[in-house]
Amino acid sequence: MKSDSRYLLKLFVAGNTSRSELAAANLRRICEDEFPGCYELVIIDVLRHPDIAEEKKILAAPTLIKELPLPVRRIVGDFSDKEKVLAGMGLLS
Amino acid sequence: MFTHVPNYPQIEKIETGIIGFDLISSGGLPKGRTTLVSGTAGSAKTLFAVQFLAESIQRSGDAGIFVTFEEEPADIRRNVKSLGWDIEAWEAAGLWLFVDASPDPIQDQVEAGRYDLGALLARIEYAVAKIGATRLSMDSLGAIFAQFRDAAIVRAELFRIAYVLRQLKVTSIMTSERTQEYGEIGRFGVEEFVADNVLILRNVLEDEKRRRTMEILKYRGTSHQKGEFPFTIVSGRGILAIPLSAMELNQKSSIVRISSGNDDLDKMCGGGFFRDSIILASGATGTGKTLITTEFLKGGAKHGERCLLFAFEESREQLFRNAEGWGIDFEAMEAAGLLKVVCAYPESASLEDHLIEMKDIIEHYKPNRIAVDSLSAMERVATPKGFREFVISLTSFIKHQEVAGLFTSTTPTLMGGTSVTETHISTLTDSIILLRYVETNGSMRRGLTVLKMRGSIHDKDILEFNIDGTGMHLGEPFHHITGILAGNPRDASFG
Repeated sequence: MKSDSRYLLKLFVAGNTSRSELAAANLRRICEDEFPGCYELVIIDVLRHPDIAEEKKILAAPTLIKELPLPVRRIVGDFSDKEKVLAGMGLLS
Repeated sequence: MFTHVPNYPQIEKIETGIIGFDLISSGGLPKGRTTLVSGTAGSAKTLFAVQFLAESIQRSGDAGIFVTFEEEPADIRRNVKSLGWDIEAWEAAGLWLFVDASPDPIQDQVEAGRYDLGALLARIEYAVAKIGATRLSMDSLGAIFAQFRDAAIVRAELFRIAYVLRQLKVTSIMTSERTQEYGEIGRFGVEEFVADNVLILRNVLEDEKRRRTMEILKYRGTSHQKGEFPFTIVSGRGILAIPLSAMELNQKSSIVRISSGNDDLDKMCGGGFFRDSIILASGATGTGKTLITTEFLKGGAKHGERCLLFAFEESREQLFRNAEGWGIDFEAMEAAGLLKVVCAYPESASLEDHLIEMKDIIEHYKPNRIAVDSLSAMERVATPKGFREFVISLTSFIKHQEVAGLFTSTTPTLMGGTSVTETHISTLTDSIILLRYVETNGSMRRGLTVLKMRGSIHDKDILEFNIDGTGMHLGEPFHHITGILAGNPRDASFG
């Protein structure tokens, strides 16, 4: 746990699939490009933790929840479209 | 997933417990399959989805999952409370579990790349396993399509969910909205492919009257009743369907005679009515229909039979005063537990609701005799089709109870003719008594004839009758007069 994390990101995936891996890789690349060193990415497999998926009301996989900084934002998809990911996080002016 | 589906073995069904629906569907919903329930806004789709689970919980303790794409669980819990369903208690007992997929009103969702609904599927599988559910309702498909941009993905994922549910042997319902009562099954052009079975709920405005019906459009590989069946929603019970053509006329026929309450009339009928027969008494206003009804009830009470009167034209006070005027003490009969009088204005409820209530009262009171005065008053509150269904349904129900039923019908013209009621009921009745005004030589007299007496000989004369403080007295036949039944009496001696 990094104490200086400004960004807390939770990525929900369904199983260890190529789409899950692609989504995680795309997301890491975006994070390293945009806010290197000050983010925390938690990956949660809904097949192993369906109760967390229920609690967070996740439908689609992959789903990203940006919990910090506020406001909380949701983005679904494999994050292949960087512009949309940043827009979804509220980082594009 | 186009696996070969043979026509055999017969698809097993599970009873839903939704009254009437199990009859229409020849045994309930196909087990382990998904059935689509489609309807316009306000057609009671969500109620059907909730009731499907509620009935199984109450009847057999079988657990169910409710996947909501639209309303929040808190709203659903609150909305069905008035129907007597305590979802919270079932949740606490592990019999009900929500999968809350309702949209978040605050958090917007952005789509960036390809996705599927694997998380929803994981949640559904988890929920089913958690409480060992055998039933599942999903409400409604329109709301899940609204949450995602790519309809093709949602379509494919719904198909996958239906497939998985089938593997899990979970019997399920998906609700879907349509924009019109007649036309395509659903809005998204996918519904019929997702489900093997399609049930349509309708809420049609017909002659300024709302009429709810259900119709099974498709039941792959299994039998069901065809056509639209009316249903109603009753507080404390939910949806009740009224399966008309599904009812069978398999009641026994009794040869035991009962008294009509009038010795003269008994004699005319060859010794009284049959114990499980339906009798129709038809005539213009003031010809003595209520009197025949009153005597019929007296005849029952006299022999210790329980009598039930549904009065749709007169108040309780009027009825009791009438009876007193003919020397019959309704109050004493009531005190002895041999009479129950139910008064209602036809306009006070829909015909379906009247029917449900009448059936409830009959089942509860268990009468030996039932009188309805008058049946034709109900014509006022229904469409011709609705009225026909009401009459058929009520008649069949009474026949199944194997008790005697006397219905009265008011003819629209003073001098005779037929009413809609007669047209609908005549083939269902065992006996028909006609009451007519006979105008001769400047005076109004009254005549009675037994037109039909199934399974018995009867007097074919048209007898004149008088009414006094002790009731109805039949006299001599109207000789020399013809055309009475046609409402056009003429002195036959003048040719």
